[in-house]
Amino acid sequence: MSAPAITNDVADRTEDDPATLLGISAGKRLLDDSRRARAMSWVMAVMLFLTVLAGALGLGTMGAARSLDRQLAGRLTVQLVGARDDAVSALADRLRAMPEVGAVRPVPRAELARLLEPWLGDAGLDADLPMPAMIDVDLHDPGDAAFDAVAGRVRAAAPQARVDRNAAWLAPVRSFVVSLAWLAGGLVLLMAGATTAIVLLTARAGLDTHRDTIEVLHMLGSTDIQVARLFQRRIALDTLIGGAVGTVCALATVAVIGTRIADLDSALTSGIGLSAVDWALLAGLPLLFALLAMAAARIAVVRALRQVL
Amino acid sequence: MANIVQFENVGLRYGTGPETLSDVSFTLATGAFYFLTGASGAGKTSLLKLLYLAQRPTRGTIRLFGEDAVTLPRSRLPGFRRRIGVVFQDFRLVPHLSAWDNIALPLRLSGVPEADIEAPVREMLAWVGLSGRARSKPPTLSGGEQQRIAIARAVIGRPEMLVADEPTGNVDPDMAERLLHLFDSLNRLGTTVVVATHDFDLLSRIPNAHMMRIEGGRVLDPTGSLRFPPGRPQS
Repeated sequence: MSAPAITNDVADRTEDDPATLLGISAGKRLLDDSRRARAMSWVMAVMLFLTVLAGALGLGTMGAARSLDRQLAGRLTVQLVGARDDAVSALADRLRAMPEVGAVRPVPRAELARLLEPWLGDAGLDADLPMPAMIDVDLHDPGDAAFDAVAGRVRAAAPQARVDRNAAWLAPVRSFVVSLAWLAGGLVLLMAGATTAIVLLTARAGLDTHRDTIEVLHMLGSTDIQVARLFQRRIALDTLIGGAVGTVCALATVAVIGTRIADLDSALTSGIGLSAVDWALLAGLPLLFALLAMAAARIAVVRALRQVL
Repeated sequence: MANIVQFENVGLRYGTGPETLSDVSFTLATGAFYFLTGASGAGKTSLLKLLYLAQRPTRGTIRLFGEDAVTLPRSRLPGFRRRIGVVFQDFRLVPHLSAWDNIALPLRLSGVPEADIEAPVREMLAWVGLSGRARSKPPTLSGGEQQRIAIARAVIGRPEMLVADEPTGNVDPDMAERLLHLFDSLNRLGTTVVVATHDFDLLSRIPNAHMMRIEGGRVLDPTGSLRFPPGRPQS
């Protein structure tokens, strides 16, 4: 009987070898795929669906907050009660002449009547109804100094005038929108944490299920990293597949909601929307979660294996 | 001839139970062939576990390949284990892998490229007479066939030491003799072989083999070869 002509340098090779076990196709079969539960993919689909929705809410509301900031920054409204049209025009001209002022627009009476229509009905169109005149003013500089200077000059020219800074009265709205954005960000982090916990539990359960195979692998000289890679690959793949399904569903939902918001044609909701970068970020979430799952699986498996010889 | 294994006052205790192995001291010479005999429960499997690094002793010192195996960092165990071939009593084949993939496992774990795996696996399958069962999975193989696959897996990496726990327990006498010749061939190539067996008939089949006897957790040295390791020329 002849002896096998086989290589004798195996002990010197390490898992860093590019052709190492888990980098090749044969490694994929080491953990029994027939026993592989698909529950992980479904759980990840749900997690990513919720995460993408939360992320879309966060990005959308952040967009709305930025839009509000753009609209309100340096905008003020001058209110003149009981003033004649020529006095309003004179004040508008005076405002246009101020260096801090970028744009001045006296609000037409018809527009004011339309704004009041829900409360006054057609009575708002009555010329005898005393309504304050309003002038929208955009400042070049949204800072306090410019506002104070303009407000001071307006009050000097028309003592009965009231100057409102739009940012001040819309501040609660902006604060609410920003709170929503933070809440959404918190939800995304919570989902990431929950995903990590699920991966840790799955990896530990997997170790238990495949204990016999892992013990054999260890006795044949496999390293903890080689074993961990088996789990990393499985869990990352499950997360990626499930996550992709969940993300596609969530993005479709977001698109439908976006259409409905656009149909509202409201000034308040006009800023809510996702940019191309936002869509790309949301679409990239499954990959991000797969990487997170890989890292969590690796840590869980390596830590657990350290407890055995 | 250098010693491949050296035990000094080794004791092994599982949990808080009594010592399974007590004051075990012996030396195995590189390239020699040893039979380990003893009644069931005498401690054979425990001793083998210490040899193939599945267990650390609770006391004493073990030197393996010239290094202290007791204090060996965990990170170095895989490298040591790749130098030892093990035939488990219960085979421990991976049930969902084919015979081919089970045999190839040690090479794949060691990072041998796929292109270099095919020839040795084919040769090992032929060597154990199972070329026709390469694609069969262990549950479809008989006990004897599984044992031969386990042996092929243990030796494919050309280990420096082969440890076999009752390797002929599930095969007919003809196959047992064949397997013993297989071990002898490997031994002649320089591999130290330790075979645990109940079968005293086997002992006479390898003329130059040495006997270790274990009783009540203590290793006896009936031939004196453990205290004074033999020098066996390598062919």
